[in-house]
Amino acid sequence: MENKISITINGFPVEVEKGKTILQAAESQGITIPTLCYHKDLCVAGNCRVCVVEVTGQTRLSAACATPCDEGMEILTNSLKVRNSRKHIIELLLAEHNADCTKCYRNGNCELQKLSSEYKIMTQDFIELAPLKKYSIDMYSPSIIKDDSKCIRCQRCVRTCAEMQGVNALTVAHKGDKMKITTFFEKHMNEVVCTNCGQCVNHCPTGALVEKNYIEEVWEAIANPLKHVVVQTAPAVRVGLGEELGLPAGSRVTGQMVAALKRLGFDAVLDTDFTADLTIMEEGTELLTRLKKALVDHDETVRLPMATSCSPGWIKYIEHMYPEYLDNLSTCKSPQQMFGALVKTYYAKARNIEPENIVSVSIMPCTAKKFEAYRPEMHDSGYRDVDYVLTTRELAILIKQAGLDFNKLEPEKYDRLMGDSTGAGVIFGATGGVMEAALRTAYELVTGREVPFKNLNIEPVRGMEGIKEATIKIENPLKEWAFLDGVELKCAVAHGLINAKTVMDAVKSGKANYHFIEFMACPGGCLGGGGQPIPTNPEIRKKRAEAIYAEDGALTLRKSHNNPEVQKLYKDFLKHPLSETSHHLLHTKYTKRDRY
Amino acid sequence: MNPIKSLIKDMADKYGKSRESLLPIMLAVVEREKYLSEYSMIEIARQIDIPAAEVYGTATFYSFIETQPTGQYIIRICKTITCAMKGKNQVLFAIQDMLKIKLGETTPDKRFSLLETNCLGWCHKAPAMMVNNEVYTELTPEKVRDILTSYMKINEQIIN
Amino acid sequence: MAVSHQLKRVDFIFNNENDWEKVLSATLKKKPEELINELISSELKGRGGAGFPTGLKWKLAAEAKSDAKYIICNADEGEPGTFKDREILSKVPYKVLTAMAVCGYITGAKESFIYLRGEYKFLEPELNKAIDEFQYYCKEIKFEFKITVFMGSGAYICGEETALMESMEGKRGEPRNKPPFPTQSGYLGKPTVINNVETLVHTFTIFKYGAKKFYDLGVQYSRGTKLFSVSGDTPKPGIYELELGMSLQDFVYEFGDGDTKAVQVGGASGFLVPRKKFKDAAIGFKGKLTGISLPTGGSMMLFNSSRSMYNVLDNYLEFFREESCGQCTPCRVGCQQLLLGIKAVKRGEKPAAYLDKLLRLTETMQLTAKCGLGQSVANSFSSIVENFQEEMIY
Repeated sequence: MENKISITINGFPVEVEKGKTILQAAESQGITIPTLCYHKDLCVAGNCRVCVVEVTGQTRLSAACATPCDEGMEILTNSLKVRNSRKHIIELLLAEHNADCTKCYRNGNCELQKLSSEYKIMTQDFIELAPLKKYSIDMYSPSIIKDDSKCIRCQRCVRTCAEMQGVNALTVAHKGDKMKITTFFEKHMNEVVCTNCGQCVNHCPTGALVEKNYIEEVWEAIANPLKHVVVQTAPAVRVGLGEELGLPAGSRVTGQMVAALKRLGFDAVLDTDFTADLTIMEEGTELLTRLKKALVDHDETVRLPMATSCSPGWIKYIEHMYPEYLDNLSTCKSPQQMFGALVKTYYAKARNIEPENIVSVSIMPCTAKKFEAYRPEMHDSGYRDVDYVLTTRELAILIKQAGLDFNKLEPEKYDRLMGDSTGAGVIFGATGGVMEAALRTAYELVTGREVPFKNLNIEPVRGMEGIKEATIKIENPLKEWAFLDGVELKCAVAHGLINAKTVMDAVKSGKANYHFIEFMACPGGCLGGGGQPIPTNPEIRKKRAEAIYAEDGALTLRKSHNNPEVQKLYKDFLKHPLSETSHHLLHTKYTKRDRY
Repeated sequence: MNPIKSLIKDMADKYGKSRESLLPIMLAVVEREKYLSEYSMIEIARQIDIPAAEVYGTATFYSFIETQPTGQYIIRICKTITCAMKGKNQVLFAIQDMLKIKLGETTPDKRFSLLETNCLGWCHKAPAMMVNNEVYTELTPEKVRDILTSYMKINEQIIN
Repeated sequence: MAVSHQLKRVDFIFNNENDWEKVLSATLKKKPEELINELISSELKGRGGAGFPTGLKWKLAAEAKSDAKYIICNADEGEPGTFKDREILSKVPYKVLTAMAVCGYITGAKESFIYLRGEYKFLEPELNKAIDEFQYYCKEIKFEFKITVFMGSGAYICGEETALMESMEGKRGEPRNKPPFPTQSGYLGKPTVINNVETLVHTFTIFKYGAKKFYDLGVQYSRGTKLFSVSGDTPKPGIYELELGMSLQDFVYEFGDGDTKAVQVGGASGFLVPRKKFKDAAIGFKGKLTGISLPTGGSMMLFNSSRSMYNVLDNYLEFFREESCGQCTPCRVGCQQLLLGIKAVKRGEKPAAYLDKLLRLTETMQLTAKCGLGQSVANSFSSIVENFQEEMIY
């Protein structure tokens, strides 16, 4: 009880913990103070001044997000002074903003628009500054569009890129009226260290940072009678899509999503989870091969720890920051790209369709996947393996444009050949999921037994802790894996690029002796990706994670090697993991990039 | 190692390889080069291990750190109220007339750049200007012509 | 120079008896609590413009618990019309250094800095020489205290205490949220005393002569003397140490050119006082006479009847628009709106009534801006527009 202090908010007495800010105290009482630069994921900035409140006795108003409560404070959140000031602040923001909402991608989901509507800003008496400035739009990046005319300079993107991701592609430059948010030397986004992870897009309150959308291209492909349009859906999409369509966070909408996609006109609705299972087969084999080379052949050239390679944001990050470790990456492509390569070869042949008539679309929780699809080496099928990548948000737009009542749809099943998946595939969407899936298969492959965890749930690699570790001891392996007897397989899981940095620095300094590391660029893993519904915050990530693991628990097949369609793929096409066909279609190379 | 790179390394060794050294290191480069180039920024970022974008963002905040090439002598003429009242415009016209450049420009021989600045702290002897770090006060069009002529006469090589 | 009896001129600051070594040694022999009490009873307030009680500031820093503390001398004098700190640092730097050392002694800080604005780079060599000599003496009397000059680089906003500390930490000079205050968490997150050059020099006077000598000058709430930087339409531009509490009318009698239309007290962040209000205004932290009180960094700019108040305001707003750090909405956008607004009214694009809207905007800026820059634009804007409205329109 000594930790509590007494304050009043709007005349009502409140007890709060010492050290809480006015904003937090008000929230605990159900009073919402509007904010713009504040975000639960980031440190407090206190620069937009929208959250100002009146504290009796102070001459000036205080920013609620940045002011800690003091004993006896009397706070007014809606006095006339506060309202008039807040209105002015919103009007000022609108004056330097391109306020043509009808032509904006975030129309309907913009925090400035919401505030402006709440305060009924019906006129602009101030001078419009936006037409006077020469704002530029940067459309050079394949993933992100940066429109300075909509920037309210809340600096959320800068803080996200610096604190959450540790990439620091964005910075604040100049001062005064020339102050702007930009990149190193104001280069285009595709010319700097931006990893395309899209976390900035996810945190931007307005339309200043949005994903490059391919909605019209996909509609055109669907409408083209000559084209066979195939769509694949990532694991994390099925636990996020609901939020864009009126459902609470953590709603599992897999069946309805498939039904919607069929009604949108896609010729085949298939599942990225299928190639997630495939990735486990290839990557698991690759890991065991490396371990054999290291432990049996004593091959000095083999690189350990091996790092996962399914997160394109992480790939670009390591290419810039730790290019000397590129050989540690698994040579496996991401599930999206494996799918793309197979759809224009294996699937085309099986369905007797000319590959040039196939349009390969993917629905991803990710903006970096757009960059990944356009990487020059992703042409192993003989055509561009993935033609268009849509984010979860873009899919919701397609569904709304088609006039579908999502909630009334009956769940349907994925199409055959590349639509089957196991629980191991779906958990790719959460941080630790790739690791867990890989262990479920590798352990069984080596020992003939299931992983020694209740219900196959490998708890040590689950959860929102930035860096997680797990050690599995291999005992009594099968004869051909005898060299692994007694080996303690040390694994690590990192999510959020800032944690990737910590782990890589540990690897670099020799302090880390892991065998296998899972890296995800986005906090929470893909379920917190840059293409997921806005807002995304710690509570929402947790709910999505619970949904992912629930999906896993509900499936009968929970290990990648049990996926019948994957078994068929090997039997009919690939022969075995790391075969020549596999190497050609499912494995890739990386590119060294400059650090600055 | 090229001279700028070695200067930056020396400065990083002198001031320490941490964020707090950023401003002294940038100013040391500007003292020598008169401006901070993209190359210098990347070198500084490398030496003290901070992101290049942070170097750019911090450099552009400060009015005395130019990020585009400038002349050997940067003229900064004060435009704040007292200097404005005491004839800064006539002095400015005289400079523009003599050097044949406008505000923000550099002479073709890369000797002089002309910029405006805010209160230099010599209001009782207005109008005032700086040429690099030197301050000149109680200016008149004639006086400023003499000052610039003396700079033109200096047979200085641009320091490598 | 005859100065009227109401405009008392003193000479504590620039009177240099070269006795800093004696003053330092003597002061270091006293107990820190005694020295703090001396400062508090002198009622010295900050001379940079903000006017925070110095004794209290040093006391808070002394009481803070930390493994490291810092003293910073704020020599980022950038307020238009202010040039006193430059003079102090070139003429009597040892007084400043002594004051910093005593502050270090009182608070327990072993390291200090002088944040010198880039425009004063030419002072650096002489200042460093003085510091070398000072540090040599400190070594002799076995007093551990380090002083380093940190150069600024052309940013008015770095005169704001938290922006200054951000600048010293190698970042953009963007002011921080307060609380926490510098005496709790300042440079590198440690308790820091940051004082204006002039404030420090006054503490030297107090330590040398005792608080009473300082307290006896000035008026209630505004004790002691202040350096005034006088410029503009005046036959006597220069720096003058005067008692606080003087009436502006007396000041104009002394320094005006006979045709003074208005006086800008406190630089662009201060107030413009028109002729008709000279007799009601007093320079101090709270009105001695009824009427307006004008806290100030000491900048006094005089305008005669040939000057257009519109041009004056335009000049100030240009200054703020450029020098604002740009972080917070009311200041960044507000300064632009005010400047474009008065231009529009002058050109007839907006009606005269628009000035009222702008005045209300400055009230909001005063209430909501994150730091003193945005909060003070209202001062000059409202005082000029309210007193010289015709000049804004015609």
